Amino acid sequence: MVTDHTEHRLAIVGAGVMGTNITTLAVGYGVPVVLVDLSEDVLSRARKTIAQKLRHAQIMGALPPDRPHGELVTSVSLGDVAAATTVIEAVVEVPETKAKVLAEVSALVDPGTTLISNTSCIAVDEMAAWVTRGDELVGVHFMNPSYLIKMVEVIRGTGTSDATLQAVTGLLAALGREALVIRDSTGFVINRLLHPLINTAAMLVQEGVASAEVVDGLLEGCLGHSTGPLHTGDLIGLDNLVDSLNVLYERRGDESCRPCELMLSKVREGDLGRKTGRGFFDYGKAAS
Amino acid sequence: MTTEQTAELTSVAPEAIAGALLSFLAKRIKTEVAPDQDLFKSGLVSSMFAMELVVHLEEAYDIAIIGPELKLDNFRTVEAMTALVLRLRGASGTADGG
Repeated sequence: MVTDHTEHRLAIVGAGVMGTNITTLAVGYGVPVVLVDLSEDVLSRARKTIAQKLRHAQIMGALPPDRPHGELVTSVSLGDVAAATTVIEAVVEVPETKAKVLAEVSALVDPGTTLISNTSCIAVDEMAAWVTRGDELVGVHFMNPSYLIKMVEVIRGTGTSDATLQAVTGLLAALGREALVIRDSTGFVINRLLHPLINTAAMLVQEGVASAEVVDGLLEGCLGHSTGPLHTGDLIGLDNLVDSLNVLYERRGDESCRPCELMLSKVREGDLGRKTGRGFFDYGKAAS
Repeated sequence: MTTEQTAELTSVAPEAIAGALLSFLAKRIKTEVAPDQDLFKSGLVSSMFAMELVVHLEEAYDIAIIGPELKLDNFRTVEAMTALVLRLRGASGTADGG
């Protein structure tokens, strides 16, 4: 198990909320990162976002002191993932997109390269069919913000090898994370519980039972949630949440996972949460 | 830029900074706070709000908060943030002495 941060070279595919979160965590822990996305525009914004997130992490005392940052390289060429020791896929939760990216990455890297999907809901076994070596694929569900929340959910697929699980455990230790390992299941533990909770919270607002402030206030005040479900939805991004709910609903048939009209209307209007400055709550301006 | 905005940007009297911060907080977190109240310990704001405070102070007072100044203790209270602004304005030579 390689827990020394200098032994790791990460490639991260997808420079959205989670891609920039994980990049911040890795760079802040001294691990070099190649961050890949489709356009220079996206990558230019990602660089600024990552710089802000690094400052946020520093304020919260979340990074090891006196450790030099890892180098950050951004690229629009997927071929640049080839030299990494681990590739993390963090693209949108749309099966066709994930399938395409994972297949291409898998064909580019050498055997022995750990392939992580930061999947929200799509099962690891389903993704294993899309890659060349399914035994080297493992799910790691980083939380948001990844650099502040130490715990991660690790999903071991049916075919994930012991060596892969050991490699990912070493990487997470090098990044200062704690891992809890679960078996594969669409939505896993966190999102099978969390996504229907957020959707139901939105339904309560839609039905006029309570305002967003009151719903979150009750979950925070009575159940001890540190961030209420609707604030959490805004943090995830309501467009991403709808994608994940659709995956859960299509695969599990759970009615509480059918995205409610209020959530869909917010997505249509471009009120996607913190990243656009407004979702269920108003954040004044777009926050990274 | 209007005259009013210019005046707001360059007004670095401690009372003015503290007053503006108290108004900003009242608007953003919909709660009246005391100048010495610990915003984070009292649970009024989450860790995510820390970055919003940084960006607000940098834009409102034309300062760069970097290096060792990036620590939570500088943002816990209105008093601490006022002191931070005065310190950084003084260090950059842009303070008007007011």
